[in-house]
Amino acid sequence: MKLYNGGKIITGLVIFLGIFLAPLAYNVGKAAYTQPKLKMPENEKECIESKDFMRTKHMQLLNDWRDFALRDGTRFYVNSKGKQFEMSLQKTCMKCHTNKAEFCDKCHLDASVTPYCWDCHIQPEGLKK
Amino acid sequence: MKAIYSLILVLALVVLATLGAGAAKMQIIFAYCVPGTAFVIFLVGFTAKIIGWAKSPVPFRIPTTGGQQQSLDWIAQNKWDNPSTGPQTAMRMLLEVLTFRSLFRNTKVILRHDDGKNPIVAYVSAKWLWLFALLFHYSFLVIALRHMRLFLQPVPQFIVAVEFVDSVLQIYTPIVYQTDLLILAGAGFLLARRLYDAKLRYISLVNDYFPLLLILAIALSGMYMRYIAKVDVMAIKDVVMGLTTFKFKTPPATIDVSFYVHVFLVSTLLAYFPFSKLMHFGGVFLSPTRNLPNDTRMHHHENPWNNPAIKPHSYEAYEDDFREPMFEAGLPLEKNPEEAA
Repeated sequence: MKLYNGGKIITGLVIFLGIFLAPLAYNVGKAAYTQPKLKMPENEKECIESKDFMRTKHMQLLNDWRDFALRDGTRFYVNSKGKQFEMSLQKTCMKCHTNKAEFCDKCHLDASVTPYCWDCHIQPEGLKK
Repeated sequence: MKAIYSLILVLALVVLATLGAGAAKMQIIFAYCVPGTAFVIFLVGFTAKIIGWAKSPVPFRIPTTGGQQQSLDWIAQNKWDNPSTGPQTAMRMLLEVLTFRSLFRNTKVILRHDDGKNPIVAYVSAKWLWLFALLFHYSFLVIALRHMRLFLQPVPQFIVAVEFVDSVLQIYTPIVYQTDLLILAGAGFLLARRLYDAKLRYISLVNDYFPLLLILAIALSGMYMRYIAKVDVMAIKDVVMGLTTFKFKTPPATIDVSFYVHVFLVSTLLAYFPFSKLMHFGGVFLSPTRNLPNDTRMHHHENPWNNPAIKPHSYEAYEDDFREPMFEAGLPLEKNPEEAA
């Protein structure tokens, strides 16, 4: 088997394989990944909607709340069970989810998501981490 | 018709994954076995293809590329279009790979008429192909990099930065990535030009339409997952990390079937890659008109398939072999038989 310009081509192939195997190499020797454990509120068992809904659609809900509260002046949200909540990140959400670092950031860091909530809302001093 | 076949093929793949991972509950196969196998086929197939190409003899330099070749000192050489040294050639290759200069030279033929209504054939610049090809390829690159957030833990700062820039407009929730729209524009244009231009339609085959439609389907299924189905990203990261660390676990039931469709389409692309035109990814580096410097007047080129046992045979030697019969036939000779004797 004769390769023409074998040295250069093999070098190129090594670079190619290196790039595509880099993600595997990066994770070598690390413990199996598990989804982060969130610190759940102690005094409240149920969120405003079901767990599945909150897991996947909380950003949509927060976005809607912002539009309703700030643009339409609607301040109250009625959930799927007919219960009423004030549309407020700080008064409603953060009443129970008091710690951003122990709750929001856990998944957001792993999923590399940077929501822009805190561009406008002041992140409570005591909860900063 | 070929476009329709390709579309049916892609739709069949979507249906297969929907039924397989959804109705037939074969999540483990679709989450681990299929992508793992496809990735191995991709790496091995790609390498084998390149090695196969490396075995082909390198042709004589092709010096007729655009630009002035190296000549007399007072004639300016176009070093990046007609290089004569290694570094200049590397520069030409780099510009080709990063900026698609060959596509920038794309022209189209038009027929115009002068004042006397005489037809004039003209070649005019056509930059659309170059522009949309750039959009498409760079969007693809950024999207692939962005996906590393699901493959790496902790997520490197570089990937976070790519993610930030790509979603910098902060439109809609979840935030729209610009590259999602750009890849649709890019691939959409590449498909539309094949369908719209009669000359291109005539030369387009199933293996031209299929990868385009497949990539469009991948982009659309990914966008569906993010913007419409709003899949459980953390559960998906759990599965993907299981795949990259070889620590497999049963995929969580909360994962939407669109994830399996997306993964199946990407797996198809990976497995199909080494056997298709997509190999231009590796092949561009082996293009003779791009990677060979124009140094034919500086280096002797030994034809690689020459048999060393066959020695050069000059005309004089040829005449020595056949002088008598040639003389009898009345052919002109360098030396007559009397002179040679």
